[in-house]
Amino acid sequence: MDVLYFAWVRERIGLPKERVETDAATVADLVSELRAREDRYDAAFADLSALRVAVDQELTDFDAPLAGAREVAFFPPMTGG
Amino acid sequence: MRIVVQEAPFDYGAECDGFATGRTDVGAVVTFAGLVRTDADLDRMEIEHYPGMTESALTAIAEEAARRWSLQDVLVIHRVGPMRPGERIMMIATAAPHRRDAFEAAEYLMDYLKSRAPFWKKEHGPQGESWVEAKATDEDALSRW
Repeated sequence: MDVLYFAWVRERIGLPKERVETDAATVADLVSELRAREDRYDAAFADLSALRVAVDQELTDFDAPLAGAREVAFFPPMTGG
Repeated sequence: MRIVVQEAPFDYGAECDGFATGRTDVGAVVTFAGLVRTDADLDRMEIEHYPGMTESALTAIAEEAARRWSLQDVLVIHRVGPMRPGERIMMIATAAPHRRDAFEAAEYLMDYLKSRAPFWKKEHGPQGESWVEAKATDEDALSRW
């Protein structure tokens, strides 16, 4: 699936988008896999309360299932308007 | 309903003037514009967004407003990219037979647009750059709906 990062999450991880091969059942499982990769991922995901997640462009929770998901995005709370 | 996400500035006067005109069933139009405000030393602001999700999130918010209130038209324009203090960031407009629907729907749209549409503001100044943090009051504002 495609994993996207926005705002400071993008800056901390160092890229806007990447292809990730994973069997993670939930968003939380995917986060665990990413955190185990490298320090920059571990740092970006250290405080999940500071992050939001969208699966296939719909806001959801970290316990959301990933079956069939094509795109997961991680970002800080939004600041529009 | 019209939802626009663009880098270029928009003509606020022309948009207000052209909104919900040419019909006789509209009794109330509410318009709102958000501007880049200088709180401290701010040279410019940059807005990042999530192309695709931004448009679908704004459309979903506008559709929900249309379900809750008696609306005849809704307009949302939101800019992305670099902006300077004093520039307009975004605008909304609502049209309804009566003012209460137009006012309430406009407030609802703004409350949801601030914390449920994927935009992120970054401020650039002499001290460097920083991401604008979401306020707890913005999140609390959703609970009244």
